[in-house]
Amino acid sequence: MGAGFEAVIGLEVHVQLRTRSKMFCACENAFGGPPNVRTCPVCLGLPGALPVPNQEAVRMAVLLGHALGAEIREESWFYRKQYFYPDLPKGFQITQGPVAVVEGGSLEIPGDPEVRGGPGPLRIRIERAHLEEDAGKNFHGTRAGETWVDLNRAGVPLLEIVGAPDLRSPREAQETLKVLHRLVTALGICDGNMEEGAFRCDANISLRPGGQEALGTRVEIKNLNSFNHLRRALAYEVARQTALLNAGEKVGAETRGWDASSGETLPQRGKEAAMDYRYFPEPDLPPLRLHRDWIQALRSSLPELPEARRARWTARFELGPDETATLAQSPEFADYFDRLAEACGDGRSAANWMLGDLSRVLNARGGSLEALGLEPGRLGELLRLVSSGRLSLSSAREQVFPRLFEDPGSPGEIAERLGLSQVRDPEFVAETVRGVLAAHPAQAAQLRQGKEALRGFLVGKVLKAGGGRLDPVQVHEILAKELARD
Amino acid sequence: MQPLPWEAARPGLDAGDLAPEALLRMAREHLEREEPTLGALQQLLPEGGGAWARAAHRRLRAGERGGLLGLPFVVKDNFALAGHPMGCGSRILEGYRPPFTATVVGRLLEAGAVPIASARMDEFAMGSSGEYCAGGATRNPWDPSRVPGGSSSGPAVAVAADYVPFALGSDTGGSVRLPAGFCGVSGLRPTFGVLSRWGIAAMASSLDQAGPIARSAVLLAEALHAMAGRDSLDILSVDLPRRDALKDLGPARLRGLRVGLPKEYLGPGVHPGIRERVQEAMSSLAGEGADIVELSLPSTEFSIETYYLLCTSEVSSNMSRYDGMRFGRRVGGEGPRSVAAHTRDAGFGAEVKRRILLGSFCLSRGYYDAFYLRAQKARTLIRQDFDRALRIVDVLAGPISPTPPFRLGEKTRDPLEMYLADIFTVGPALAGLPCVSLPAGLADGLPVGLQFIARSLEDVFLLELAHAFQQITSHHKLRPGGAS
Repeated sequence: MGAGFEAVIGLEVHVQLRTRSKMFCACENAFGGPPNVRTCPVCLGLPGALPVPNQEAVRMAVLLGHALGAEIREESWFYRKQYFYPDLPKGFQITQGPVAVVEGGSLEIPGDPEVRGGPGPLRIRIERAHLEEDAGKNFHGTRAGETWVDLNRAGVPLLEIVGAPDLRSPREAQETLKVLHRLVTALGICDGNMEEGAFRCDANISLRPGGQEALGTRVEIKNLNSFNHLRRALAYEVARQTALLNAGEKVGAETRGWDASSGETLPQRGKEAAMDYRYFPEPDLPPLRLHRDWIQALRSSLPELPEARRARWTARFELGPDETATLAQSPEFADYFDRLAEACGDGRSAANWMLGDLSRVLNARGGSLEALGLEPGRLGELLRLVSSGRLSLSSAREQVFPRLFEDPGSPGEIAERLGLSQVRDPEFVAETVRGVLAAHPAQAAQLRQGKEALRGFLVGKVLKAGGGRLDPVQVHEILAKELARD
Repeated sequence: MQPLPWEAARPGLDAGDLAPEALLRMAREHLEREEPTLGALQQLLPEGGGAWARAAHRRLRAGERGGLLGLPFVVKDNFALAGHPMGCGSRILEGYRPPFTATVVGRLLEAGAVPIASARMDEFAMGSSGEYCAGGATRNPWDPSRVPGGSSSGPAVAVAADYVPFALGSDTGGSVRLPAGFCGVSGLRPTFGVLSRWGIAAMASSLDQAGPIARSAVLLAEALHAMAGRDSLDILSVDLPRRDALKDLGPARLRGLRVGLPKEYLGPGVHPGIRERVQEAMSSLAGEGADIVELSLPSTEFSIETYYLLCTSEVSSNMSRYDGMRFGRRVGGEGPRSVAAHTRDAGFGAEVKRRILLGSFCLSRGYYDAFYLRAQKARTLIRQDFDRALRIVDVLAGPISPTPPFRLGEKTRDPLEMYLADIFTVGPALAGLPCVSLPAGLADGLPVGLQFIARSLEDVFLLELAHAFQQITSHHKLRPGGAS
């Protein structure tokens, strides 16, 4: 960081919850499709329509709260946040007030060594997570001043996670967003699709001279929908604000947007920063009351969380942080890895396959792991064939693995059919060795006299004669015996 | 005025002497004579409700009897009936036809009642006189130079002028009870939550409650029976205890009943004729063995302020959806903000605008604590005040309004004066308690309304008491012009 300024960053992350229906009505919660097809009197804000809270969304919020080690409030309240915008049908958004269903909590992220003076994990505080409803979308028409509104998204449940201003660099912000992303997908409460806006964030950033306690003027960057945009937008802001401060100018308190094409943040017009939302308790809804027993039951239903999983993998399989991060990218991927490691009995090679050959196929074909149709048990069997020496690694990778996606047979059967299974019959191997020695008497003699360079030549000839089905290790052993015998 | 014999309608329908279609025809001919003077209705339904009358006739022929089957009614214009215009007495909803039906209207239709028209109201139920209606002011059948009371002006007049035996209104701070009182008919505001709010255009959500208007407590009970009960679409709705007792309503036992008369309800501001009628009513009850207990409800003093702070706050929010974007009227402009501003300016009347401004102010940063929050605390005190009084007595009684119906135009220039008409009706509404307005005779030739307020969810008892009162008195049989 230039000129001795410290960045203070906090994130507000909007998580679209993967419920079946919307937050306050029975409309389907989905993405895409023709405009305004998933709407009803409630999410259209027709006169006389009333909201009914979605229990599933509440459950998901509590689940996240437990994962953050937060306090789950047995009583919290919905409020109305009021402003006019065409994509906001009622003229207010139903959100939560001073008391949120989830309060406090924390998250462990890898600290940025450049600002923390060294590597190591860092615990950052979460202020709260509250339930609210998403707005629709506006589209500008072809004619000037023309605006079209699609309300399919209006009323989709959102969990807004408000982080404390505990982050000190764009890198830490990015790490935080990644850890949260892994968490919400692992919990199954969000599909994590950032392109569709299912997981997006606003970032607050201010700069202060190193050592100063008081915070500088805060700038909010709205609607960052990728890890890279977040990091680049914050890096841009650090540079912009540093330049202003160094020039003796003031940073304006404002809301800015990230323009990915130009790579800069720009002041946002329209919604002023000092807007008065006239919050007040939503009179159509009772307090959100949760039973203590239900809250406890949800705590015990928590799955193993991604960061705990990564720690387990690191300890047991000696995997690196980048490897475990990739394996934990989604619950589906992580579950697959656990099952594969169990099936083949070797976490190291399971990781190699998942991060190598399997990822390549997945990227080439697109779609989900499940859609590939390759059970971890089957892939595990292939890995066992290799580790037990019955199949060479190269045959496994090049011949058998690609066929697993078309051929319903077991890896063993496929290898057999292709004539690839390693022959381990010592008598057969010995015969082949003797044949090769007979065919190359001169080289055999020189090797016996100590010209070790010829050993590899002869082993190669044996392997070739064996049609690629012999185990090189075994060939070495038997060649040594045969040479000794004569 | 030739009153229709609605008291004879039920026996006539059940005996097969009267067809619902015939009742409808009589009602239609009668109201067509009266409407030019009174202006109670907003819009007749297709064939004046003929299709529903024929359906009721089929059910009667199949042997169904009693209840509301075949009885015509009118609906305040702020209830949704799928496919039919819903105007809320406002220009801003011009052309709007809701795609769904209010739960309570749906339940009346299931009971076989026959809707004939939407009835006029003060715009979005904001008003105490029936004058703030885009379709025009409604007049009191007892004296057409006077107001019928609001905001359920049309429903109350439709019953008082015998268009229909009963009507559906809504009561936020007195909007069923005040016009019922001004027009000499009976009107019920149930415990908050007993009637689903689904499909009623919200005015002040924490106070809005539907309520029937009829000539007698017995018919109020029939209507409540048909409509009451939890609705999954209104999370604040609740089941009504002893609902079955509303069928064949019996009179409450008056002997030993403790009736509380708050001294604040008969203070110096109350018209002497009204005070006399209320005292006569108390004497009638005492004559049957009831104990009249004088007590105090100190919160009455700040109930109007509390009500109007909370009401306008909620109004300012509930009116936000009328922005010309998705339904109703749209007035053009440059861009969405301008369209919303022009639409709202042209679509809302003066009283609605006044309340939006007042409410927006109450909720503004810096004023919220002093106004909204303080009013919420006052509301708690009001609730506690009623709870305390209703531990001492079984029911509270008093006038519905401090004055008889006033003249048209008399209070429209001074909104505060108009708000004071609600002084006795807003308290129980803030407390969420069931209350009923019953005819108690005349003062200066104009109807006087008597209010009873019961404990939460004791709606059935309240109607039993009303029925008992109507057995020992005959005020509810009085009709404009002296016929009974």
